[in-house]
Amino acid sequence: MQLSREALLRAYRQMKLIREFEERLHIDIQTGEIAGFTHLYCGQEAVAVGVCEHLSVEDKIVSTHRGHGHCLAKGCDVDGMMAEIWGSREGLCKGKGGSMHIADVDKGMLGANGIVGAGAPIAVGAGISCKIDGKGHVAIGFSGDGACNQGTTFEAMNMAVVTKAACIFVFENNHYSEHTGFEYAVGTNKDIASRAEAFGMKVWRGDGTDFFSVFETMREVLDYVRVPGNGPAAVEFDTERFFGHFEGDPQRYRGPGELDRIRETRDCLKKFRQSVTEAKLLTGEDIDAVDADVMEAIETAVAKAKAADRPTAEDVLTDVYISY
Amino acid sequence: MSKMMYREAVLSTIVEEMERDPNVVVLGEDVVGGMGTAGGPEAIGGIWSTSVGLFGKFGGDRVIDTPISESAIMGAAAGLALSGKRPVAELMFADFIGVSLDQIWNQLAKFRYMFGGKTKCPAVIRMAYGAGYNAAAQHSQAVHQILTGMPGLKVVMPTTPGDVKGLLRTAIRDDDPVIFLEHKALYGVKGEVSDDKDFMIPFGHARLSRAGQDVTIVSTGLLLGFCEAVADKLAAEGIGCDVIDLRTTSPLDEEAILDSVEVTGRLVVVDEATPRCSLATDICALVAEKAFASLKAPPLGVNPPHTPVPFARELETAYLPSIGKIEAAVRKVLSYR
Ligand SMILES: Cc1ncc(C[n+]2csc(CCOP(=O)(O)OP(=O)(O)O)c2C)c(N)n1
Ligand SMILES: [Mg+2]
Repeated sequence: MQLSREALLRAYRQMKLIREFEERLHIDIQTGEIAGFTHLYCGQEAVAVGVCEHLSVEDKIVSTHRGHGHCLAKGCDVDGMMAEIWGSREGLCKGKGGSMHIADVDKGMLGANGIVGAGAPIAVGAGISCKIDGKGHVAIGFSGDGACNQGTTFEAMNMAVVTKAACIFVFENNHYSEHTGFEYAVGTNKDIASRAEAFGMKVWRGDGTDFFSVFETMREVLDYVRVPGNGPAAVEFDTERFFGHFEGDPQRYRGPGELDRIRETRDCLKKFRQSVTEAKLLTGEDIDAVDADVMEAIETAVAKAKAADRPTAEDVLTDVYISY
Repeated sequence: MSKMMYREAVLSTIVEEMERDPNVVVLGEDVVGGMGTAGGPEAIGGIWSTSVGLFGKFGGDRVIDTPISESAIMGAAAGLALSGKRPVAELMFADFIGVSLDQIWNQLAKFRYMFGGKTKCPAVIRMAYGAGYNAAAQHSQAVHQILTGMPGLKVVMPTTPGDVKGLLRTAIRDDDPVIFLEHKALYGVKGEVSDDKDFMIPFGHARLSRAGQDVTIVSTGLLLGFCEAVADKLAAEGIGCDVIDLRTTSPLDEEAILDSVEVTGRLVVVDEATPRCSLATDICALVAEKAFASLKAPPLGVNPPHTPVPFARELETAYLPSIGKIEAAVRKVLSYR
């Protein structure tokens, strides 16, 4: 199905926003001003955006430690996210969570997560809630190729099947869990989707470096899961991460020229630009205009984050409970 | 003696024990690193560099790089230990006991008792704990509070590289399951370490790191250094502090604490975990019960507040016990006549 010009521009803008958000963080982190562990999503934008462009605020997503892309794609405020990563009081989580714990439950974004494998069971609960509500909404749990090896993920898959939760397991296979290759760590013949299949789910596979592959695959997946009574599904996207596991990773596990090669041949933004301009759906100028707009948005977000109020010692004590 | 970092003391002890005893095996996530990648094995050697070179030296049967599966890692350690091996398993972050607690608490810790004393379970579970890196609520916790209360586990919290050496060797040679807590902020600290390949420090023997007559300060880990700074400052004012480094929280060296309080009559316990049901409340209760007559002031605990560990620099700094807060507590117990 052909996307409208507006839809194409919007999808591209979302991907570019994630890319530049991350590229900028990569630079700013080197100054030492940003605290903590930061895991950049750069390279995987087509997955977050190709999934979330199908979703409304009533649909839920559950993210991972590499959560910035999912958050932005689900509509979390750019300024609020940047401020959070900078540890500001005006951040989305008041500086209490930081990069690994960004959440905006009102937007259907149930949190990035520092515990690998914690997300899938949460997505099952959210998917059961969607099923109970019966309005065709769904919950999406993003997991990495590393997270797919957690018992929690296995339990979640089986439980989703037996409860017929309206839930989708999206596996982003970027070939690495920290410093370990998925060919070593995933025993099922280099394949994650087949595990989900063995649990009794319908599964799909797609190219996670191609927006259109993700988007069209997800249309089918969502058409299926939104039908009451169908239960869960799973999809595996083959993708790439352009930076290290975390900022500061020496990346000794990469082969020679690997990063240059994936940036050259597996870049979802380059692929998008090429395919829409070749098909004459958008012009180079259209895309350049989005790029300029995004760069400005990132500049603004950083300026605001730097100028934002810092948290104080008293702030440590708030928000543990609603009442106590 | 040689000088080395805390993390080097961990690694060199593991190497020496693996050389000595073929039953010692290491397992954990990225303990080799680079498995199944173009870069090849040994890409990292543990994210804390505490297993660098082990794979090359001892091979893949004894140095096992695992998938991200903490329950299975802890369970495999239990199974290895019941089958005659001496596993040294690594949890990358202590916070991940959350994922794997059943295997630690209901399995490892309880086997000997449940099996009527007829088995041994010589597993060491190493884990990096503690705040100071702005790693937020799920990567910064001090977990000794949870584990110390579990019958069947021994809990070790070394402060210095020299103690790492002596205590880790004891842990590996011990026939009971031992939790070995390594503070992230201490990995780079250097100190004198014994070269004796049989140097061991027995569990339940605290170390007196400062001696004085007026106040007893009890701590271990990163915060011990803060306590020493306070003791040194007060020494200049003519106030003497006993600073006791517990080394192990289970077993606990009650005698060292009680002997000291009998002289000083004043106790401050400095603890990195949250205050409720904590090491601090435990030791304060011990002293109230067994050294009541010696007390000149109520025993005090210095803990973080009853909150998760926050992310932002300002928040984490405010969260952690500081030199200032410890000094204030010491002055408070001194203010009672
Ligand atoms: C329970 C748990 N175990 C280990 C870690 C440390 N850790 C953080 S991310 C990660 C790798 C995750 O790999 P994957 O699921 O493929 O996600 P990716 O990093 O590739 O996005 C590991 C081991 C953690 N945060 N939580
Ligand atoms: Mg991965």
